Amino acid sequence: MNLLVLLVIVAALAALQLVATRWVTVNRLAWMAVWWVAIYLGLAYGINPPLPSSIIVLFMAIVTLALAVYLSADSDELASAVQTVTAFIVEKRFRVALLTVLAVLPLLVALKVYTNLSNPPQPPSSSRTIHPPPPASIIFDGTAIDLATANNPYRELEHTDPAAFAQHVENGRRVYFENCFYCHGDNMQGAGMFAHGYDPIPANFNDPTTIAMLQESYLFWRIAKGAPGLPSESTPWSSAMPAWENFLTEEEIWDVIIFLYEFTGYEPRAQGMPH
Amino acid sequence: MIRPSGLIAPFPKTPRAGMPMIRRCCATMGRVLLIGLVVGGAMALLCDPAFAAPQEADPDYRTLPFISSRVAIWIIAELHLMFAAFVLAVPMFALIIEYIGYKTGDKRFDQLAYDFTKLLSVSFSFTATLGALLTFGLIVLYPALTKYLVKIFSWTFLPYVLLFFFEAVFLYAYYYGWGKFSPRVHLFLGLMLNIVGTAIMFIANAWLTFMNTPSGIDELGNLTSIWDAINNYIWMPINIHRLIANMAFGGAIGAAYGAYKFLGARTLEEKAHYDWMGYIGNFIAICALLPLPFAGYWLGVEIYAYDQSLGITLMGGTFSWLFIIQAVLIGNLFLAANYYLWLSMGRIAGAERYRKFIKYLLAVITLCFIVWATPHSLVATVEEARAMGGSHHPILNVLGVMSAKNTAVNLLILTTYVSFLLYRRANKDATVSWAKTGNLVQFGIFAVVVIFVVFLGVYGYFVDAQTRIGLSQPQVFSVLFAMVAVTVIDIFLFRGAKKRGDIAWGKIPARAQYALFFLAITFAWLMGLMGYVRAGMRQHWHVYGVVRDTSVDAFTPTLGFAGLVVSITVIIFFLFIAVVFFLSGLSSQKNWVASPKRTRRWFRRAKPADELDAGTLSSDAS
Ligand code: HEC
Ligand code: HEM
Repeated sequence: MNLLVLLVIVAALAALQLVATRWVTVNRLAWMAVWWVAIYLGLAYGINPPLPSSIIVLFMAIVTLALAVYLSADSDELASAVQTVTAFIVEKRFRVALLTVLAVLPLLVALKVYTNLSNPPQPPSSSRTIHPPPPASIIFDGTAIDLATANNPYRELEHTDPAAFAQHVENGRRVYFENCFYCHGDNMQGAGMFAHGYDPIPANFNDPTTIAMLQESYLFWRIAKGAPGLPSESTPWSSAMPAWENFLTEEEIWDVIIFLYEFTGYEPRAQGMPH
Repeated sequence: MIRPSGLIAPFPKTPRAGMPMIRRCCATMGRVLLIGLVVGGAMALLCDPAFAAPQEADPDYRTLPFISSRVAIWIIAELHLMFAAFVLAVPMFALIIEYIGYKTGDKRFDQLAYDFTKLLSVSFSFTATLGALLTFGLIVLYPALTKYLVKIFSWTFLPYVLLFFFEAVFLYAYYYGWGKFSPRVHLFLGLMLNIVGTAIMFIANAWLTFMNTPSGIDELGNLTSIWDAINNYIWMPINIHRLIANMAFGGAIGAAYGAYKFLGARTLEEKAHYDWMGYIGNFIAICALLPLPFAGYWLGVEIYAYDQSLGITLMGGTFSWLFIIQAVLIGNLFLAANYYLWLSMGRIAGAERYRKFIKYLLAVITLCFIVWATPHSLVATVEEARAMGGSHHPILNVLGVMSAKNTAVNLLILTTYVSFLLYRRANKDATVSWAKTGNLVQFGIFAVVVIFVVFLGVYGYFVDAQTRIGLSQPQVFSVLFAMVAVTVIDIFLFRGAKKRGDIAWGKIPARAQYALFFLAITFAWLMGLMGYVRAGMRQHWHVYGVVRDTSVDAFTPTLGFAGLVVSITVIIFFLFIAVVFFLSGLSSQKNWVASPKRTRRWFRRAKPADELDAGTLSSDAS
């Protein structure tokens, strides 16, 4: 959040409200315009890190719709708004203002074009799917693993044999710090020393929308098959995640999965729920 | 090859209104029976071992000129579904309205129920025709798949055809028998119509849900238990979701009919009647809209439970972009429904008191809409993604997950309910001694429930996925509790209330009617979209994991293309609906008379107001 910007916007709105109640009458149309601009500024400059422009467009479309509903939900207000606009267009006393608006509109468009073109060129934004569906089964080391039913074989030790479980956690820790932390970082925030070179950047496991909402078999697939195993909607060529099946054993992969959950404190998503 | 047109040809014309009732019934039912027989016969043929025995020449697929088989089946199936939804939904609320009329003795309700029912008979024929077309399409274009499905579900086709026959009997008895039976008998006919209709839908749902989450079969796809095949993971969730969604859809189309008639109305009486019809249709649509999200979640959970990949394809993969559109459409539904209610308050004296609340209700709706529509995966440029530190935005992330969305949708529901409440009490002043306390208690219930719902939403961020999913239940139940409790209090609170004035039916701006059109179209679009999602998530499978799609169409179309097909289907549907509206309105037109000035008119418009008997709401009361 950019509190300063948000504060300024709120203060401006409050000041306008004060002016409106004390000195001049501001009709609903004008208020709507003010709100529209205020919300836009809030979304575009009040939030840090900045929102992607696709989101701003979506939100502003909703806001525009809502404001239109507000204006027209009251027949009297709508009539007075229409009257205002008509008066602005036809009455002589607004001639100068009208001409100004007519001149400024194309200038604004020109300004927008100019700013768009003067930005450094960027690849178009893409709708990459971050969690694509896994295949039904994968071949690991010559044997098929059914992802719908595969379970972490060491997970149950957590209750039956805590000491053995702790060993698996330790083994997972070793695997993680030998292989993964360069990218995923020492506190699993996806900010390892290599991370800055990649697009997409390595997954942040503390983010509640990564491992916290996935099943362990899903992780197994992602770790074993890496980027090359991704389906086309996830553009396999653009992810740096290696395919670890060539370097780690099955047990090591299950162990590192256990470690990921132990370290972040998340629980894996359970398999299948009662029907 | 069987030619459907040739078979239906013996009944050349739509029976004219002047025909005796019994002959009209027979003709229409004959046609329905014929379609049923043809479908049944074709199924029987497919079941026949001789026919089913593999022959080298038997292709798995056939192609069509100009249009791919998939798109053809897609459009026909969707149109069939939309009409079926409508035909199943209308009797549900027609029956309820008729019952209200019967209980209160208010003739207007009876007339309204009849007005809705009038839309049925043409739609029923369309549904049947499209259903036959779909069956033929499947047999001809997808013979191997059809054969497999028929093998699994063999005997279920028999009750389907039988029920279909009964549906026709009850429907036409209900429609043509209006006012001809004792009210109880007539209500009973309506009840049977509903039971049979629901049963038909349940059977068809079994076939279709089996394709998504097949159960009751062995490794090789052979049937082991027909009951398991029917009662597969998503059978019940889809049954329920569709039942409710159909109701909402039917209500919205009924409301659109009211709006259509309202805009064309010449007299004040007509305006009043159709304004009321639009209002009731919209009321039904919203009542059904409120529980829909819960049914949807149940469906989603079962899909996930059946198969993680299927669940992820649906909610996380390519199809998740369609859920963004779904969210936007649903947000629009809520917005438009509330908008209509607020405009409706214009016809009630005393509603001015509540105008000032609209602002706040709208603010809540907008906020919830924004949360509801926030995507989970974002479309971002590389620069934007770098700035966010990953593919997820730290703040949007908070809004993009289940906890936030559940909370938003629960609040949307509550807000819509509040709009209703304000509408309900617009012209009333409570006179009971405990009015103040009652209001306070109502307010207290709202406050507590809102706080509770928001609290659970926030709490959801601090627990694991399993617990989080469990949290949605107390949210739902507290919202349901609030609505029921407040309604009960409200009923007693406004017993013997002082009225500020009557509802001036017909006094509503035209834009409210356009809001009703908007609702109907949005519902249809949503239906087409979600129907595609349901079928599309199987990707290259006909029957998920069992029968592979090896046709040339075995790819998932781009989102744009799918959107286009869905949109075209919706347009075709409304063209059909326009025909239904036109035909349904015909019976209330005056008889044609030769008149020198108007020889080029097909029929004469209804007489202007002064010529109508006062008090007649609609000239059609055959
Ligand atoms: C070369 C850098 C790199 C290394 C080393 C690396 N990863 Fe990754 N990893 C990535 C990137 C980049 C992504 C995100 C790409 C994407 O979204 O597909 C990712 C994604 C993942 C995901 C998927 C998370 C999700 O939400 O879908 C898992 C699980 C994962 N890595 C585990 C591991 C483990 C375990 C190791 C060590 C054995 C490891 N990674 C080593 C770069 C790396
Ligand atoms: C406010 C919430 C919702 C509304 C208004 C809504 C509305 C609808 C409607 C109108 C249909 C068409 C019904 C029919 O064809 O008979 C539909 C179908 C469907 N909905 Fe929802 N829905 C909602 C929530 C959800 C959710 C949360 C899911 C979750 C996964 C979902 C999944 C589906 C699916 C898969 C279908 C297709 C079923 C079919 O084959 O007909 N819906 N929905």
